[in-house]
Amino acid sequence: MDDLYREVIIEHYKNPSHRGKLDPHDFSFADNNPLCGDHIQIDLRVDITGVVTEAMFDGHGCAISQASADLLMESIIGKPLEEVKKLNKQDVLDMLGIDLGPVRLKCALLSLKVLKAGAYGLGEASDDLVE
Amino acid sequence: MSSLNVEQIRNDFPILEREARKGVRVIYLDSTATSQKPVQVIEAMNDYYRRSNANIHRGVHTLAEEATILYEGARERIAKFVNAAHSREVIYTRNTTESINLVAYSWARANLKAGDLVILTEMEHHSNLVPWHMLQMERGIELDFIPVTEDGLLDLDAYKTLLDRRPKLVSFTHMSNVLGTINPAGEIIRLAHAAGAITLVDGAQSVPHLSVDVQALDADFYAFSAHKMCGPTGIGILYGKSALLDAMPPFLGGGDMIKEVKLRSFRANSLPHKFEAGTPAIAEAIGFGAAVDYLTAIGMDKIAAHEHEITEYALDQLEEIPGVKLFGPAADKKGGVAAFTLEGVHPHDVAQILDQDGIAVRAGHHCAQPLHEKFGIPATSRASFYLYSTKDEVDLLVKGLYKVKEMFG
Repeated sequence: MDDLYREVIIEHYKNPSHRGKLDPHDFSFADNNPLCGDHIQIDLRVDITGVVTEAMFDGHGCAISQASADLLMESIIGKPLEEVKKLNKQDVLDMLGIDLGPVRLKCALLSLKVLKAGAYGLGEASDDLVE
Repeated sequence: MSSLNVEQIRNDFPILEREARKGVRVIYLDSTATSQKPVQVIEAMNDYYRRSNANIHRGVHTLAEEATILYEGARERIAKFVNAAHSREVIYTRNTTESINLVAYSWARANLKAGDLVILTEMEHHSNLVPWHMLQMERGIELDFIPVTEDGLLDLDAYKTLLDRRPKLVSFTHMSNVLGTINPAGEIIRLAHAAGAITLVDGAQSVPHLSVDVQALDADFYAFSAHKMCGPTGIGILYGKSALLDAMPPFLGGGDMIKEVKLRSFRANSLPHKFEAGTPAIAEAIGFGAAVDYLTAIGMDKIAAHEHEITEYALDQLEEIPGVKLFGPAADKKGGVAAFTLEGVHPHDVAQILDQDGIAVRAGHHCAQPLHEKFGIPATSRASFYLYSTKDEVDLLVKGLYKVKEMFG
């Protein structure tokens, strides 16, 4: 349990390094977690070869959702968008370094859902994207 | 001091003895979501399945007769519990949500047309919003809302102005599941009637905690659920004045709701069966009867007094914690609910860390998203109390919150 609030998570929640908005941006996606009302917006800049050069998230949510968003932004900078599309649940769990029950898993995966829905150009973020 | 013997009451609730994990007792502060069940209710349902299980109303054999008597006997006692004039005015449904939907589907579709106004409030549970949104899309009815003031009360002056628009229906919660506000239901109904409107009261939170008299309130419809008042899930009540219910078309069609069926037609049964199609939740109805027996034996006034004492104590304690912001009115205007935020910590994290110490609170928007938007917050943590809650449990909650603060330092 204390694991769930590992220092890295509290740290990324309290002092995120990729929180904010990018203007201008090449992509901007936003969606809610309907269960708890958490909201996440992700802005990306992508260079001419399709590599993510800058990534920021904004919104509100619990420590798990905000920390995972920050870690996710950190991890995709420098990666081709095509590679970003392939990220899955396990990648996020590996970043967080914890195991999560079904309820909190939704918190952790919200940012990935939003990111992938945006990367694929979909209207909304569905659970299928992160399975 | 309340005269409730809480220690003795707690012995009736086996679940309160269990541990969340080894060495950590469950501290159940989520009764507003669903209450725990006393052994008397559990046993009544077990007995029915062990001794009397049969389908009701049609059979002539011993078991069918016994089951029917138990099922209808429960209805009589539930009717008496809310002082309905007659048990035929008490319809079994699945829960409060279904009761409200029954009114929306049957009464409203027979009586409302495009442009007709329905007044709700800003503190409604989704169950008293969405059925009307659906009707708005289907019928083009209009919706307007009694505003909630900063201190969590309904703005009755604004309500009086809304009534000038001659609404057809005023549908509101008797007690907010987030703010705990106990609304002046009698006055709201009196004003609605003076303006020519019918009234529907969401009593999901009030019937478990207050002594409710539907005749004294003069409510036209009144909805509540068993599971929040020591009874089982899957059973609720729609109370309605018989003149209204008699004039309404049936809701669901099928067995038991008919007097006569031909290949191409049917005649509806009389009340209350007209609205009870199919084999109902028989064991649950019997359990509901046992729950009202249980609450009646203890006394609703005593239960309300105990909850008030605990709530006042909890609000005082919570207010002392730096960073805690409470929502809703002062203890004298509310039931046993304390919704709060803790600065810098999301309610989900609060709930999760409290759970570490076995403390069960709710986190989220509690099915009242518009109300949270009104207060400019995505979510709250909510502790709620019932007849078995103790001051010791409040102390543990407070201690737990200090631990949360420390963690997020």
